[in-house]
Amino acid sequence: MSKRSVIPYGPQHPVLPEPIHLDLVIEDEKIVEAIPSIGFIHRGLESLTDKRDFNQMAYVAERICGICSFGHGYGYCETVEHIMNVEVPDRAKFLRTIWFELSRLHSHLLWAGLMADAFGFENLFYQCWRVREKVLDAIELTTGGRVIFSVNKVGGVLKDITPEMQKMILETLDFVEAETKVLKKTFMNDYSVQSRMKGVGVLTKEQAKALGCAGPFARASGIATDMRMRGYAAYGELDMEPIISNDGDCYGRCEVRIGEIFQSIDLIRQAIAKIPDGELAAVVKGNPNGEYFTRIEQPRGEADYYVRGNGTPNLDRMRVRTPTFANLAGLCETLKGADYADIGILVVTIDPCISCTER
Amino acid sequence: MGVMTFAGTALKNLFSKPVTTSYPAEPAEYKERTRGHIEIEIDQCISCGMCTRACPCGTLSIDKIKGTWTINRFDCIACGFCVEKCPKKCLTMVAGYQEPGGEKGEVTYTKSPEVLAEEARKREEMAKKAAEAKKAMEAKKAAEAAAAAAGEKKDN
Ligand code: SF4
Ligand code: SF4
Repeated sequence: MSKRSVIPYGPQHPVLPEPIHLDLVIEDEKIVEAIPSIGFIHRGLESLTDKRDFNQMAYVAERICGICSFGHGYGYCETVEHIMNVEVPDRAKFLRTIWFELSRLHSHLLWAGLMADAFGFENLFYQCWRVREKVLDAIELTTGGRVIFSVNKVGGVLKDITPEMQKMILETLDFVEAETKVLKKTFMNDYSVQSRMKGVGVLTKEQAKALGCAGPFARASGIATDMRMRGYAAYGELDMEPIISNDGDCYGRCEVRIGEIFQSIDLIRQAIAKIPDGELAAVVKGNPNGEYFTRIEQPRGEADYYVRGNGTPNLDRMRVRTPTFANLAGLCETLKGADYADIGILVVTIDPCISCTER
Repeated sequence: MGVMTFAGTALKNLFSKPVTTSYPAEPAEYKERTRGHIEIEIDQCISCGMCTRACPCGTLSIDKIKGTWTINRFDCIACGFCVEKCPKKCLTMVAGYQEPGGEKGEVTYTKSPEVLAEEARKREEMAKKAAEAKKAMEAKKAAEAAAAAAGEKKDN
């Protein structure tokens, strides 16, 4: 048996998009075990409930993450709305769905770029982000922000998507669809790309289930879990099926996420076709008193929100469980037996968002 | 499995113009709704303090007497909650981001002298009215007490 050594990896490392530290036990070039540690960017956002009222917390929740920010704001607002028995107008539900899918679109394109970067294909990385920029433009046009939307409030939404904006979104979708189809060929068919992804970091369905993996990471191992099927916001009125793959390797995860780009495009088109007229927000009176738990599907997987109010403007507790937290165990499992050179790819395939995880 | 799957894209890029713009040589294009920074029409402000209470960052402060509205632009997260809450609609979110600076300072806006004078006059008037009301109240109370005392005497 060759000698085992421990190599510290991160939190500052060129391939890591965000600070996570891994202690890697390696034998020759193979990883035997990976021990993760986090805690480098904890900001204590949950405990801000002491100082900020529940309306202000919607803006705080949104800033948990810089990529899936819309989902966090949405998840928090939906939870508080349930506690206060607020009936959100239908139009607001559709608008939220459109924005949610736009955020998924830009998040998945961002991930595709990072993945390309991780396997060393700089050109492909730039192409993905070029396409993503158009999505960000559509988001900025409709909400005023590129990644922090600030359109959710308890009771509904703050801004409307006018018919002209809807037209612009549809044009953007046509562009993104056409461009992604071209890029998909490189991701899915290219010989060199496949050599980096096929059979790398295999996670079986049983393992994924046992480790409680979430989102595209779990779907790539054949588990048909997608919280959107719960039908929150306007998802109940749209046609969708979870996209799954049975490969369980990096290639499968890439396939699932690229499939979801097209799925999001389809969902936004459906939502724009069906959007009803009406109010943007319901009137909210009083303070939340009670508790509620919501599960939603973020671009990275299932995120859970728990809120407990005590009848005062300040909440007793707000708690968020983020998808990356659920996927870290799966990541460490895929790292076992992997080549040292594949760590970058493996970390990126779970689409890690450490800022969310630490809040 | 394919090879050269990226060749088309690469060739196309060779012969097309860059998608990026060379900011700041070319000015940035903002959308109408872009949340850049907050502006105030200070003379419309009634110093009610709704914005300061709404702000999640504690960026804003007001001084009623001096007629000022102060913002620390480096603390502002451009969420727009103050704009939503202002009863006079004198706050607006405008495009164009906050300019970088050497230090994080506050910016104070002061109402124009006419508005300040008008407010001071109104305050004085209010104070006068309040004083008068108080006096009247006291006089009434005294009269009531006297009447009661007189009544008591009669009873005896
Ligand atoms: S935009 Fe938000 S952070 Fe900025 S001053 Fe207004 S409420 Fe405060
Ligand atoms: S809410 Fe409007 S009117 Fe009131 S203090 Fe703020 S800026 Fe002035």
